[in-house]
Amino acid sequence: MNPPRLPEPAELDPVALANRRAKGKRPQFLDDPALERVLSITLAVAGELSVARERIDTLERLLVQRGVLAAGDIEAFAPDSAALAARDAWGREYIARILRIVEHDVQAMSDAAEPTVEQWMDKLDDHDEPAPP
Amino acid sequence: MSSAPVATPSWRQVGQHAVFPQATHDEVARFDFLTRLNVHLSQKVLPGVRQAWQTRVEPAFKAEHGRPAADRHEVRRAMQRDLHYQLWSTLRRNSMEMRQQAGRSVVFRQLAALRDKADALNDGAATLKLDPGIEQPRYQRAVDIHCMPGSYHAEVVERDIAAGANYDAGLFVTTAGMLGRYADGGGQAIAEWLAQHRPGFKPRRILDIGCTIGHNIVPLAQAFPDAQVVAIDTAATVLRYAHARAKSLGVHNIEFRQAAGEAVPAADNSFDLVTTAMFWHETSTTAMPRIMREVYRVLAPGGVTLHLEQPQYAGMDPFEAFMRDWDAYNNNEPFWTRMHEADLDRLLTESGFAPGAYFETVMQAKVDRTLFPPPIIGGGSEDTRQEDFGRTPTWTAFGATKAAAAG
Repeated sequence: MNPPRLPEPAELDPVALANRRAKGKRPQFLDDPALERVLSITLAVAGELSVARERIDTLERLLVQRGVLAAGDIEAFAPDSAALAARDAWGREYIARILRIVEHDVQAMSDAAEPTVEQWMDKLDDHDEPAPP
Repeated sequence: MSSAPVATPSWRQVGQHAVFPQATHDEVARFDFLTRLNVHLSQKVLPGVRQAWQTRVEPAFKAEHGRPAADRHEVRRAMQRDLHYQLWSTLRRNSMEMRQQAGRSVVFRQLAALRDKADALNDGAATLKLDPGIEQPRYQRAVDIHCMPGSYHAEVVERDIAAGANYDAGLFVTTAGMLGRYADGGGQAIAEWLAQHRPGFKPRRILDIGCTIGHNIVPLAQAFPDAQVVAIDTAATVLRYAHARAKSLGVHNIEFRQAAGEAVPAADNSFDLVTTAMFWHETSTTAMPRIMREVYRVLAPGGVTLHLEQPQYAGMDPFEAFMRDWDAYNNNEPFWTRMHEADLDRLLTESGFAPGAYFETVMQAKVDRTLFPPPIIGGGSEDTRQEDFGRTPTWTAFGATKAAAAG
């Protein structure tokens, strides 16, 4: 009996295949498994930042090579006030976006008595809810 | 005073051949990041592991037990609770996993093209002998060796070569280039050792067991161009890749054959040289003597057998043995720890070699020193480059000459 035919490369999802885990129970190193995962994600993101940085470096060097930029142009660049304002706006939004969860924690502190959603489940199951005005 | 940092070799310096995966700008940058991460871990983070042992873990152990740690297992159990060791370990494990992910993402997106190239070199070749009847031994099926998903043998497509291509693409990253442009520093070291220590030795037939992608047998086939070389492995995926790789490097005197080391498909006394490279630690307690008996059987009287491995633990400081054991516990190398306990002299003697025939020496990867940093032997102060235990291409080479037939 022949084994079933394997798929052709075009029938496969390379992204899913790249992410396949290795057989063998993964050891736990840090005391907190959640922390371990956050570290894995952070390290992968650090890798992607390095890749992006290298691409920018290539771009800069090509621009210098082709005469679009002179060497040192980037270091000498002084943004005007409009550029400074645009960068500042972008930068503030960027930090707010990545530190969103911390801000949510602070917002929640001012509403310390907030019921959990599960408590709301019970509350909304009340039969004596006042009628809307 | 710290010495000037040694430039990290780039993946761009890896030797190209027809079936080598092509990488984009960003894929190269990703490999180079991982190479630098590995170098950083071994040079800057790993020294702290020894420091943690010396300054806090060992003193606490002695205070608690009133004696030093007896063996590497006691060191390990104590160190597993140390935060710096935990951090180094999780970073090292992650770098292995990321290297696999990076290699596989490069290979699978171009698998159709790579397979076409391999097919063109493999189709109808008498020097590639696959046997679908060969089953993967339990020690290969148990876990995916060194966290390589699917290990050496998983077949994802027909006439698959992906496992070999991924292994080849990433060896440079894991070893930070210390195996050389074609990851063949081991095979080159064996060829050089033979030239120096067995001058005039001209093997007519050479056998390599567990050849994977053939990276260590190619230099021997080149050193002995008149020799008939047979390279065996149980996994068809790596053999297809190995065969195409060797052909594209202009090496035509190797027959790649799917077979197990426990049952070498060859007559008694039919090889003058039998080699393995980083092979035994991926077998098992049962398999090791079985395979060594086959080595003895197929070796011709007067023939030489030579094996590259990481150093054995006997007589080693428990901390160093613990460090060398890291891959066993954390990088899916389940036989590594027992293999390095084995009495190799006895193994060879019990396999048929004459008492006293056993020899052992130290070998370093032979690589292009203009491109690659030299390997490091032993530990060192924080001012010197550190050995990356279990990864450094400084090996114990052991072997024996089979006694010439008695009159």
